[in-house]
Amino acid sequence: MHQAVTRPLAPGDRTDRVWSDGRKTAKVIAPLVKANDRLEAIERLEIYNRMYWYRILDCVADDCPGLRAFLGDEKFWKLANAYLATYPSKSYTLRNLCSRLPKFIAERPELTAPFTKQALDLARFEWAQVVAFDDAALPRLTKKAIKAANPETLRVRLQPHLTLLHLSYAADEYVLAVKRGDVALRGEASQAVVQRREKKKTQKSGALKEEAIDVVVHRSDFSIYYKRLEPEAARLLEALGKGLPLPAACARAMRGSKLSEAEQAAKIQAWFSLWMRLGWLCPREN
Amino acid sequence: MPANRFNNHTELGIGVGLRVPHYRHILSEKPTVAWFEIISENFMVDGGRPLQVLDKILEQYQVVQHGVSMYFGSADRPDRTHLQKLKRLVKRTKTPWLSDHLCWGSVDGTYTHDLLPMPYTFEAAKRTAQKIREVRDFLEVPICVENVSSYMEFHASEMTEWEFLSEVVELADCGILLDVNNIYVSSKNHDFNPYDYIDNIPHDRVGQMHVAGHTKFEKYILDTHDHPVLDPVWKMYRHATQLCGVTATLLEWDDRIPSFDEVHNEALKANQFIDQARAEHKKPGKRR
Repeated sequence: MHQAVTRPLAPGDRTDRVWSDGRKTAKVIAPLVKANDRLEAIERLEIYNRMYWYRILDCVADDCPGLRAFLGDEKFWKLANAYLATYPSKSYTLRNLCSRLPKFIAERPELTAPFTKQALDLARFEWAQVVAFDDAALPRLTKKAIKAANPETLRVRLQPHLTLLHLSYAADEYVLAVKRGDVALRGEASQAVVQRREKKKTQKSGALKEEAIDVVVHRSDFSIYYKRLEPEAARLLEALGKGLPLPAACARAMRGSKLSEAEQAAKIQAWFSLWMRLGWLCPREN
Repeated sequence: MPANRFNNHTELGIGVGLRVPHYRHILSEKPTVAWFEIISENFMVDGGRPLQVLDKILEQYQVVQHGVSMYFGSADRPDRTHLQKLKRLVKRTKTPWLSDHLCWGSVDGTYTHDLLPMPYTFEAAKRTAQKIREVRDFLEVPICVENVSSYMEFHASEMTEWEFLSEVVELADCGILLDVNNIYVSSKNHDFNPYDYIDNIPHDRVGQMHVAGHTKFEKYILDTHDHPVLDPVWKMYRHATQLCGVTATLLEWDDRIPSFDEVHNEALKANQFIDQARAEHKKPGKRR
């Protein structure tokens, strides 16, 4: 029955009349599901088959407005259908539904070609927003803790709600334009029937510019923010996130830098000051 | 009868579902509402705005948790991570009881995110009751199971839906969240008398009721939660109240959500039918 409910819909959003082994679906279903005087067994099943797909497709659309706007509806729905057929939900919450979308886009480039790189950047960026929305916020690293620590061995971790992305396209600007005015990230879980897929057209959002960027998606005061970083700052943050001690992280960040030592020190101090204010850094338990 | 061990001996009155479009109004205007029902899954997160809003709501209001993904009827054992997160939320909200649906929806860890009807067999009842007991023992809070609306029936069923519900709750020794609208929807889809359903469940186990709107199509009715409650459902609610006593009642409005006041006023219509039920005191089976 699970297979019957979750089988991909046929054209016209109908239950596929042919079962996976070539038999008629009606014949497979008839011994399980009763017909009534108004609906055949397969038509009753079709109600659930449609609801399943409408609900999860709507969820992907809610979580990926930028990707949808960029690809256009036809390509987006084709991608979403293929993704969900390959990676159905493995979580009790729809919140995690798009966690594997970037992986899938990389695995099936033909679905987004010739814009796979752009689609990948957008999917990664939009998943980072889901993480920023409701992942944990740990106690911040305090000045007192820094003073008490040995700077040679100090190791920190990044907030779980923070994602550092290295992108080839300005996904931040693009998604911001698409989401202008949107407050909610996604629909809530509910027990109401989902009747049909949202058909509203996506808005035009200008071009997705090719631009190598390092951007942090994070949460502050319960709102989601994007912040671009200088390449050296991104390298430092990444190294800190991997648990490197402070001196090693700084050395990695500034490797090959043309800045003088004094300039490097000033930059690192400014970045740390900002990141401490934003609460990005947390104590790391050894 | 209304304050019973299945709703933790509370008498909460008429509540409404806590929904995102109403957050601002509720937090700024602080309307007088007896209680809010939350969808547990929307708050089983590790941080962020959902929990911030919830904490503010909890400062002012009683909250009761209602789940959509426990799937008591699925063969899978309860997911440990799910249970742990749910228990954290139970501690946070101090929900007097917790409800979820008498349905299945997952197989081998793959989730449909739908409330799928079960075959009404003795074996399924036994297995489902065991799972309810397991969840209740872990969460340490009374559980009420909700009857779902459905659009298909199984040849394998050995009893009616109300017999199945009764069997499960007796075996599990748990409460019932009686969704009157769901009974109406299923009665039309499966051609049974909804009053037979209401008359033949263990009334002393009803800890909460739901009312909602639905949508009629040519060949079936869908439980859409996007309309006011229809008259036949209110009449059934009155009948259920006569039999079960005045019970904590929640209006569900999940799609095309109007203003908070409109939703709340619709919920408060329940009071008219409670008054009528008190006045009439009819015996089971008299009203058809």
